[in-house]
Amino acid sequence: MSRERAAVLDVILLSVQILNGIQLGILLFLVAAGLTLVFGILDVINLAHGALFMVGAYAGAVVAVASGSLALTILVAPAAALVVGVLLDRLVLRFLYDRGHLDQVLATFGLLLFLNEAVRVTFGSAARPFPVPELLDWSVSLPGGASYPAWRIAIIAVGLALALAMFLIIAGTRAGMLVRAASTNAGMLELLGIDIHRLLLGTFGIGAALAGFAGAMAGPIAAIQPGMGDHILILAFVVIVIGGTGSVQGALLGSLLVGLCDTLGRAFLTDGIRLLLPPAAANEIGPAIASMLMYLVMAVVLLVRPEGLLPARRPGR
Amino acid sequence: MRLATGVGIGALLLATSGAAQELRVGFMATFTGPGANLGQHLRDGFLLGMDHAGGKLGGLATRIVVSDDQLKPDVARQEADRLLEKEKVHFITGIVFSNILMSIYKPVIESGAFLISANAGPSPVAGAQCSERFFSTSWQNDQTHAAIGKLAQDKGYKRAFLLAPNYQAGKDGINGFKSYYRGTIVDEVYTQLGAIDFSAEIAKIQAAKPDVVYAFMPGGPGIALIKQYAQAGLTKQIPLLSAFTVDDTSLPAGGEAADGLVSASQWAVDLDNPANRRFVADFRAKYGYVPSYFAAQAYDAAQLIDAAVRSTGGRLDDKAAVRDALRRAEFPSVRGKWKLNTNHIPISDFYQVSPGTLPDGTRAMLHGDVVLAQHGDQHAKNCPMRW
Repeated sequence: MSRERAAVLDVILLSVQILNGIQLGILLFLVAAGLTLVFGILDVINLAHGALFMVGAYAGAVVAVASGSLALTILVAPAAALVVGVLLDRLVLRFLYDRGHLDQVLATFGLLLFLNEAVRVTFGSAARPFPVPELLDWSVSLPGGASYPAWRIAIIAVGLALALAMFLIIAGTRAGMLVRAASTNAGMLELLGIDIHRLLLGTFGIGAALAGFAGAMAGPIAAIQPGMGDHILILAFVVIVIGGTGSVQGALLGSLLVGLCDTLGRAFLTDGIRLLLPPAAANEIGPAIASMLMYLVMAVVLLVRPEGLLPARRPGR
Repeated sequence: MRLATGVGIGALLLATSGAAQELRVGFMATFTGPGANLGQHLRDGFLLGMDHAGGKLGGLATRIVVSDDQLKPDVARQEADRLLEKEKVHFITGIVFSNILMSIYKPVIESGAFLISANAGPSPVAGAQCSERFFSTSWQNDQTHAAIGKLAQDKGYKRAFLLAPNYQAGKDGINGFKSYYRGTIVDEVYTQLGAIDFSAEIAKIQAAKPDVVYAFMPGGPGIALIKQYAQAGLTKQIPLLSAFTVDDTSLPAGGEAADGLVSASQWAVDLDNPANRRFVADFRAKYGYVPSYFAAQAYDAAQLIDAAVRSTGGRLDDKAAVRDALRRAEFPSVRGKWKLNTNHIPISDFYQVSPGTLPDGTRAMLHGDVVLAQHGDQHAKNCPMRW
């Protein structure tokens, strides 16, 4: 193989890995966007968000297996999470809005355990199938023998579109303005005759639907089993700490940063260390650092900008 | 008054001598969290074995105390203490995960109870720390990996790409593979435990263009890996040989993505022996799903306890007699031939297995050729027991 051709292949590999990083980031964004809305605007830490991700994935799996329809799958999943989310809000969470974060964490962690077990009792502990809907079950060939699955391209496209839509709604519409106002001073809004409870419920519902949608998008890639949302919930918290709570742009920036760091770390760090150290030592150190990388980024961000990179502006707080 | 006391004491004595004829078995496995499905397979297999033994093991009234280790070593340790001290069990069996086995190993064998692993087989208990009180009806962890390494070598694959989670069992798996594989290792990649995205690793595989990929990726991450491997179109290009990744517990979720992937096992649904035909048919009838090697091993654990206790004539307190009975137990193992190594871990044939279709159309892992015949693990030589 000529040197030029090897260099071309290296560039292709690097591009594919960057694409992989962006795709992982977008997937994290779908989860983190809902979480940051609820955290930033309602000031509620909702650990049950991970369970809503799972609810979306299960609903999507059931529909995808039964119908094979892409449209039905991505409609039913957020709807199911929305219903469960609104029920959670009415039955439990609304009593926690005015209480401290510790109470919220304890209660929503309990909800997370409860929902994981409820899914296990209903669907069994075995993982369930979630085939890629037929419409997107193909892949794009790249030079050098690589290929990129259409489903992952769809994740990127849909995630970016959603990010744009959320940004436009929050920045440019009356509903978005009310949401921003509510996060600043809910009491004032109430005095102005706005039904604040409906507004907060709506925000929570949108957050839940986003988590469910993320579950359905992750479904064909991940294993559909009870507790599947727990791991991604942790990543989503890293994302909103890096991006700044309550800010959709922050969540997008944080997600992309985490996705790229994690993917490029896994892809190249061990090889890089092998240039300096013997292979056995590199195999020890490389994966360890790669799995820590996003937390190191978070630590640096907390050190330099404790509010996150793009925090929501909140006068008076 | 004195008469009444005497009758009372007599009744008490009768009651206690009656209680000595009760066999108590602690069944510990993982029933919550991501590993819960494996615990269910183990329990269902064991309970079917008990059904087939007439609802009691060794001819004694049998009480099974089921215990959930939650895949947490500290919880397992507390549960083992409860089983030993409060329930006073004679046997503890089950045990899905190696770290759980290691956390309860010492307390159980020092208590005088027998520990029968129906799955986990970490290297220490097979080697220098082997014990008269520990038996296995599965394998030592390395054996399946060794069989995959042998398979890759036999098929003449020259360049292998290795993938495993970054923890002790992952490194053991890769070493097990290397113990039989003589080709070139183009790369070995360790992923984060519990990883859900493998796109970076798949891109590395596509760039390295190996002849074969070896993967050890148990549980949910394994399902994610096989789906993503298929979505990248790699299944037809580069054979994926895996250990504890594609099996009868992950096949339903893996779906068609698992087609064409190859693994190794000492047992398969379609092994043709009378004991296995009965086991598989009754298991499917009772539980409505296809058994896995987990269920088969637990079924054998019930058979082992049944045969051994029966041959001692119920003398559960004579530990030496129970030990000898366990060593020499004869029963129709669903794997075919039953033979224990000196370290109390079975010597078995390991077959190539891959997804296929049973006569009734159900998908299951079906066996092919024997890869390693009558294979004993490499750690037995470090175990000082001779018998």
